[in-house]
Amino acid sequence: MFHYTVRRLLYAIPTLLLISLILFLLLDLAPGDPTAQLPLTIPPDVKERIRASLGLGEPIHIRYLLWLQQFFVNESLHLISELTGWDISGDRQRVISWQTRSPVVDIVIQRLPQTLWVVGLSYVVGIAIALPIGIISAYRQYSWFDQVGTFVSMVGFSVPTFFTGVLLIVIFSVHLGWLPSIYDTTHVVTDWNSFLFQIRQLLMPVFVLALFNAAQISRFMRASMLDNLNLDYVRTARSKGLAERAVILVHVLRNSMIPVVTVIALGVPSVFGGAIITEQIFKVNGLGQLLIIAIEASDIPMVQTLSFIFAILIVLFNLIADVIYGILDPRIRYD
Amino acid sequence: MRTSRCLFGAIAAGSFLAAAAAQAERGSDGHVSIIYWQAPSILNPYLSGGTKDLESSSLVIEPLGRHDANGNLVAWLAESVPTVANGGVSEDLTSITWKLREGLVWSDGSPLTSEDVVFTADYCMHPQGGCAQLSNFDSVQSVEAIDDLTIQITFDVPKPYPYSVFVGAQSPVLQRSQFQDCLGARAPECTEQNFNPIGTGPFRVVEFRPNDVITMEANPNYRDPDKPAFATLTFKGGGDAAAAGRAVLETGEFDYAWNLQLAPDVLQNMQNAGKGTVVSAFGTLVERLMVNLTDPNPELGDERATPKHPHPFLTDRNVRQALSMAVDRDLLVEIGYGQAGKATCNVVPAPEIYASTANDGCLVQDIEAANRLLDDAGWVRGADGVREKDGVRLSILYQTSTNAVRQDFQALIKQWWSEIGIESELRNISASVFFGSDPGSPDTFQKFFADIEMYANNFEGADPETYLGNWKCNENPRPETQWQGGNMPRFCSEEYDSMLADMAKTGDINERARLGKAMNDMLMQEFVIIPLVHRGRVSAHSNTLGGVDLNTWDSELWNVADWHRVK
Amino acid sequence: MTDIEAFSAPPRSHWNDVWHQFRTHKGALAGSIFFALVLLGVSLGPLIWTIDPQFIDIRARNSGVSLAHPLGTDQLGRDTLARIMAGGRTSVAVGLTAMLLSLLLGTAVGVVAGFFRRMDGPLMRATDLFLALPLLPLLLVIILLFRDALRAAFGPETGIFILIVFVIGITSWMQAARIVRADVLALKEREFVLAARSIGTPSWRLITRHILPNVLSPIMVSATLGIATAIITESALSFLGLGFPSDFPTWGRLLFDSTDYLQQYPERVIWPGLAISLTVLSVNYIGDGLRDALDPRIRAK
Repeated sequence: MFHYTVRRLLYAIPTLLLISLILFLLLDLAPGDPTAQLPLTIPPDVKERIRASLGLGEPIHIRYLLWLQQFFVNESLHLISELTGWDISGDRQRVISWQTRSPVVDIVIQRLPQTLWVVGLSYVVGIAIALPIGIISAYRQYSWFDQVGTFVSMVGFSVPTFFTGVLLIVIFSVHLGWLPSIYDTTHVVTDWNSFLFQIRQLLMPVFVLALFNAAQISRFMRASMLDNLNLDYVRTARSKGLAERAVILVHVLRNSMIPVVTVIALGVPSVFGGAIITEQIFKVNGLGQLLIIAIEASDIPMVQTLSFIFAILIVLFNLIADVIYGILDPRIRYD
Repeated sequence: MRTSRCLFGAIAAGSFLAAAAAQAERGSDGHVSIIYWQAPSILNPYLSGGTKDLESSSLVIEPLGRHDANGNLVAWLAESVPTVANGGVSEDLTSITWKLREGLVWSDGSPLTSEDVVFTADYCMHPQGGCAQLSNFDSVQSVEAIDDLTIQITFDVPKPYPYSVFVGAQSPVLQRSQFQDCLGARAPECTEQNFNPIGTGPFRVVEFRPNDVITMEANPNYRDPDKPAFATLTFKGGGDAAAAGRAVLETGEFDYAWNLQLAPDVLQNMQNAGKGTVVSAFGTLVERLMVNLTDPNPELGDERATPKHPHPFLTDRNVRQALSMAVDRDLLVEIGYGQAGKATCNVVPAPEIYASTANDGCLVQDIEAANRLLDDAGWVRGADGVREKDGVRLSILYQTSTNAVRQDFQALIKQWWSEIGIESELRNISASVFFGSDPGSPDTFQKFFADIEMYANNFEGADPETYLGNWKCNENPRPETQWQGGNMPRFCSEEYDSMLADMAKTGDINERARLGKAMNDMLMQEFVIIPLVHRGRVSAHSNTLGGVDLNTWDSELWNVADWHRVK
Repeated sequence: MTDIEAFSAPPRSHWNDVWHQFRTHKGALAGSIFFALVLLGVSLGPLIWTIDPQFIDIRARNSGVSLAHPLGTDQLGRDTLARIMAGGRTSVAVGLTAMLLSLLLGTAVGVVAGFFRRMDGPLMRATDLFLALPLLPLLLVIILLFRDALRAAFGPETGIFILIVFVIGITSWMQAARIVRADVLALKEREFVLAARSIGTPSWRLITRHILPNVLSPIMVSATLGIATAIITESALSFLGLGFPSDFPTWGRLLFDSTDYLQQYPERVIWPGLAISLTVLSVNYIGDGLRDALDPRIRAK
């Protein structure tokens, strides 16, 4: 397994380089223009100059190599200088966003707290709800618990967040006035009261997203548990006199986790990708909103960098999932 | 004891009220919060022309002069508005001299001088800077400091309207000592400067989070010692218009929401919650249909939508006129804009002296007359109700950008046109593609690979000359110009071009107005542009926020120094 | 080896068994009946309720429930019932075909990657690539490249339909592929597969007889979730201007458009929301029933 992991990590480098190239070509091919959002009163020749000042006049291979150098060399050097205090990055040009004319990576770091609070927390909450619901639903298949669980999760999954989010705001912010409808990203938790405020502003977005995540994961958990509950080894374990709790939570659960681990691992990078619609509705302004604004403004350095960081996480977490399969089921071999 | 305390309290309360009404102390009204559903990306308007960026930066940096809520030019950092009459503008219209007010200081305490103004001009006119406001500096030959407070701007041609430089939120003065290392190609690298410009305005930046939120505080060195009334300010961006409206009108979390483009009944319902007020004002924005006079047929390849191939039926003026007559503009206003719209028959709807009345016949929908017109022109209805002549079917591809109101308009207009025997296919395109100028995309509004397209446009300030210049012959977008240009209908008339040339030489305001109206009327009577709605700006403020004076000629936040809490 | 017994039985009685088991599943039966009703409603409904869903009766706008408009009208006076039926036709068609396409692709990639070790690396890296592509620019490029060609070949509506199904299918198969692969990796080391292999069963037979039936339940779950995703994604596409023309109703679009009117006219949100949820729910129960019916161990009970 160790050799396999090392080999996969080495393979990841050319894979990621290829992905970065395809991303770059895709973004270049996609129609769009960084000056599209300027007012129509700005004449075309001025827009042309703005595009030239962004480096759009250069041929594509030059722009790609420049981005590679800026992202891999200059950003790493900058990171090292920031961490150690040595001045080794000097005057090197970092990856600069076309909209804000500031380093992309700095904005990404600025956005991390609210993204992790909202999207990350909702993912954790979603998993924490989904696993027990899935297990109980499968164990007591067709009981009222299972039926209610099925209904809620199906409705939760099929009603889009653009609707549930607005519904919650109308109920809890407009009519009851209990919760803020706009997320304050500058809020800092310093004491009990500010912590309570943080909880209040997190409640709605986290609920909307957690419902959606939990719906999906609990369905896979339930299906996978059902597959395993009828297998021979369960009967064997029971007949050996093992406690029911141990049979379910140790044997069945362990063997049912493979699809669930896959789904969870696929979802972790999207935590980083943010939740575009939910962020938009609650004005969380996390990474999802950053990406969508950048796409709308054709801010290629920003989109490219965000998508590439996202790609790294995907490759990484799919590798982690593969390693976990081996732990869950030692019969799985890759070599 | 008891009585005296009551008495004392009453006196204190009375004097307090008086103070609040007359002059509040700086910062005495606490906090004000503003929400824009588009988030500002940068606080330097020279590097971004986006409205969100212009208006947020107008809280901090200011121009020499600006337009007030009625569209009048007023002095701002300057002592007075230079004119020919007061000697500020030279007789031959080639130079203008601005004089700064005395004693102005930047928020860091250093004095504002004419050197800062000269530097700002150099900053924008630098060939490698990619300045978004460069067109305002068109034909500027030089900007010189005569003394510490006097600036002379010289043009290389006579400028009948010399107020494009340093007037309005798009042309504010930057501090030289802050930006001097940011000239030309280095402009985009100055992140710190672009996010935290030092200004003369009522507020200064505490923290700028790009595309998210700006935190500001009152400028301690602001010229009026009693203003602004608010000590701190939050400028939040993001979400959508409905959410912004809700936050001001229904939940009261915010004090001011910008540009609430919502269906009138939705907005009315929000206002009924009683927490805030909707305000609107009109500028020059007109929602219009552009008629393609060239053939967008894909089989023509590179010559598609160029004047080499006239349109098969839209070159018939009768058809264009019928398209206009079939539209009920009042109903469009009612459905889409409510109090923020007026039916219009002009592409130049304002200011007053430029607004023509010659075309007002279009205000009444007349399906019957439109049908008669087409009948007389020989367009006969086929079996499916669609008119034809010589094998040409009146079938239209009608495109616009994605936007709920525009899609409602499309559906309505499609139905009206079907009543006069013209069929249409609707297409909506993401705004970032439609308004983009990517020569690789077939869906830009300049390429106009459709028969009709709908969008809104306006002009800055109060002078329409540049705007009318869009419909010159050689402004038509074509492959040779990388599809750049403002003449979407590909309209071409020698008479129009010569009137435009006359206007460029005319200084007299009445003569300019006559020419402007004549050009507007020509476009209208040829029906190459079919105006629909004169659109206003709709914003909302909380009932506790006073001093809002909605300005469509400049930044909406132009008088934020006067805003205060109503008690 | 229950699997082998089940599949070595004569096919006729096998499908009879399946049908028998399916019928005893109350949820599945109710789901099938409801789904059949939805299909009937959206296909035959417009023949009975003949109002044109695109017809604007501006004087009747925002009207509530009445005889003329049993479900009311929208902000332009278009009949909601007619729009729900017309919208359902598109949404159900897009949902089903896009889901089938993405499942087919996902299952094929997943089985091949999990079963043939040599294919695992390249296929999974391709999956990583597709997961990493940002959806919006990808859609813009696909539309740019193929819209006009498809429109010319199949006409505006069919052309866009093919494009949308293709777009949704091509961007949503990765999850199914990863899940199926993971299950196959574990399955192919199980005793019954090893036994079948040891008696010389060829690979394709191993896959169809032993592997596929055992990865059915995650596929079923992906299918139900996939329909919901496809219906919602379609509405997002048309909002971005990448889907059907804006006056062409679909359930997702009806729901999106009416969200602004949530407070004044809540019923306008409820109808399309209910239609999507109930359809997905019914497909889910059909999926549950099918899974149980196809599982010989449950059938044996």
